[in-house]
Amino acid sequence: MRIWKFGDNVDTDAIMPGRYLSIYDPHELATHAFEGIRDEFALEVKPGDIIVAGKNFGCGSSREHAPIALKGAGITIIIAESFARIFYRNAVNVGLLPVVCHEAGSIVEGNSVMVDLTGGHLIVEGKTLPVAPIPEFLMKIVTSGGLVEYALGLEEVPVCTASHR
Amino acid sequence: MGATVVEKIFSMKCHRDVNAGEVVMAPVDNAMIHDITGPLAIQKFYEMGGKRVHNPERITMLFDHQVPADSLEAAENQRYMRNFAKEQGIFNYDIREGVCHQVTMEMGKAAPGEIIIGADSHTCMYGAGGAFATGIGSTDMGFALKFGALYFRVPETIRVTANGVFKKRVGPKDLILSIAADIGADGATYQAIEFVGDTIEGMGMAGRMTCCNMAIEMGAKAGIVPPDHITWDYIRGMRNITPFPLKSDNDASFSEERMYDVTNLSPQVAEPHNVDLGVDVTKVAGKKIDQVFIGSCTNGRFEDFAEAAEVLGDRKFSDTTRVIIIPASRQEYLKTLRAGLIERFVMAGALVEAPCCGPCMGGAFGLLAPGEVSLSTSNRNFKGRQGSTEASVYLCSPATAAASGIYGEITDPREVE
Ligand code: SF4
Repeated sequence: MRIWKFGDNVDTDAIMPGRYLSIYDPHELATHAFEGIRDEFALEVKPGDIIVAGKNFGCGSSREHAPIALKGAGITIIIAESFARIFYRNAVNVGLLPVVCHEAGSIVEGNSVMVDLTGGHLIVEGKTLPVAPIPEFLMKIVTSGGLVEYALGLEEVPVCTASHR
Repeated sequence: MGATVVEKIFSMKCHRDVNAGEVVMAPVDNAMIHDITGPLAIQKFYEMGGKRVHNPERITMLFDHQVPADSLEAAENQRYMRNFAKEQGIFNYDIREGVCHQVTMEMGKAAPGEIIIGADSHTCMYGAGGAFATGIGSTDMGFALKFGALYFRVPETIRVTANGVFKKRVGPKDLILSIAADIGADGATYQAIEFVGDTIEGMGMAGRMTCCNMAIEMGAKAGIVPPDHITWDYIRGMRNITPFPLKSDNDASFSEERMYDVTNLSPQVAEPHNVDLGVDVTKVAGKKIDQVFIGSCTNGRFEDFAEAAEVLGDRKFSDTTRVIIIPASRQEYLKTLRAGLIERFVMAGALVEAPCCGPCMGGAFGLLAPGEVSLSTSNRNFKGRQGSTEASVYLCSPATAAASGIYGEITDPREVE
């Protein structure tokens, strides 16, 4: 397991450049992840690797190609000090786990990192770092395996106006 | 405790008091999909077991990012969406109308008090029309296509009050670039930004769209200008809605309040590679530029071209700079054409393209080579956004773009007589 460390404000153009947006295949997208930004990523990333980033990870464009490419590359967990809103939700929807840890900055490449979501913390080199809880409705999606799986069995959803009809 | 305009919109939709922080499954009045995010949304709709979309009349479909199709993949994606539209009875604007956000607004698809979603981050632009509008990803869109509703966490609101009158050659883009520099790229994450004050009231729809469009550049979920007579005048004719009052209560609670006086604001330029790196134009004046782009959903309207043309006058653009001009929609194109401005731009040496996103996101044409510098009226200057990751993009207003195009270097538009 390798830690890929990134800084603040990693945008979705950096994760997946605009010229590849007519591609949807996760594995093909993965070959272009961070192209021109960090070329060794696509070459060396292995299933189970973890991305650790600073503030506002995934800002900018709403392109779901970004989390899909990272998932296609074998990433399942991204730990960041904070996430941009659309990316956070897209990640959950495609089954990638975004973990908010305010102390993510203290993690360095080469560290061993374990995520204990039930305990609500990370274990980094034996040390415990707290993580922010995942909102309840998102947790439902995560435990279903993604939004597609969540929606699959449903014919209707309980819209907020329902009780007034 | 009073309510913010955003809380009021959700409360109206849900027929009960809804407060910031709550998560609600709210009905969606309109959902916009385009050629980049649409195919995946449709795929997700099917994967979710979708057969018929919830309501075809509440879906806006068009192609703008890679048009006319610039690759086989793009052509296939567009054909896939066309077929879906036919199958589901969705009206498809196809490649005819222009950039998604401009078209959604001018077709009257976003009215005050409505909840609008778009599979594109700059959907927040429709807040200029008094709607709550937010950008989402393709899987969320697939869900909304199926159910006609989506989960929302009702956001807190940052209220930005702008007062005063802009000096000549300074305008809405300069204001929003300076606000982005203050709030920062993530300063408004998960929140809405409400724009009020006499500067905003004095703006037409075009300027308000420029401001709301860039709310996402601060991480915001939505930007909104509470509707006034300008908003209602705009929506009248397209939609038959009786105007109603919609603004934040005096005792509403805001997560933050910011005040701006635009009287002494200078033209702003955002330096590479982040939108929140705005500085006074004087700090970067003299920087040589290879390409100028005037267009995009941020600044591709008639008002923007009128401002650029006024700065240009009878001059020509520099031989060392490529100037690309793209109206954001067919309607804006026609207005600009009829006012004689297209001819003026072409005479000056600009390349005028048909309505589309163009070089804004580096997907179709107008890409930058390594080491090249572009000055753009669009909304993002991330590394690689317009081509090579070794190119640089500066962001500015149409006036600054035109002035700089004349001299081939970043130029203070106030210095061009
Ligand atoms: S003009 Fe640019 S920002 Fe606007 S929708 Fe097109 S690509 Fe996105």
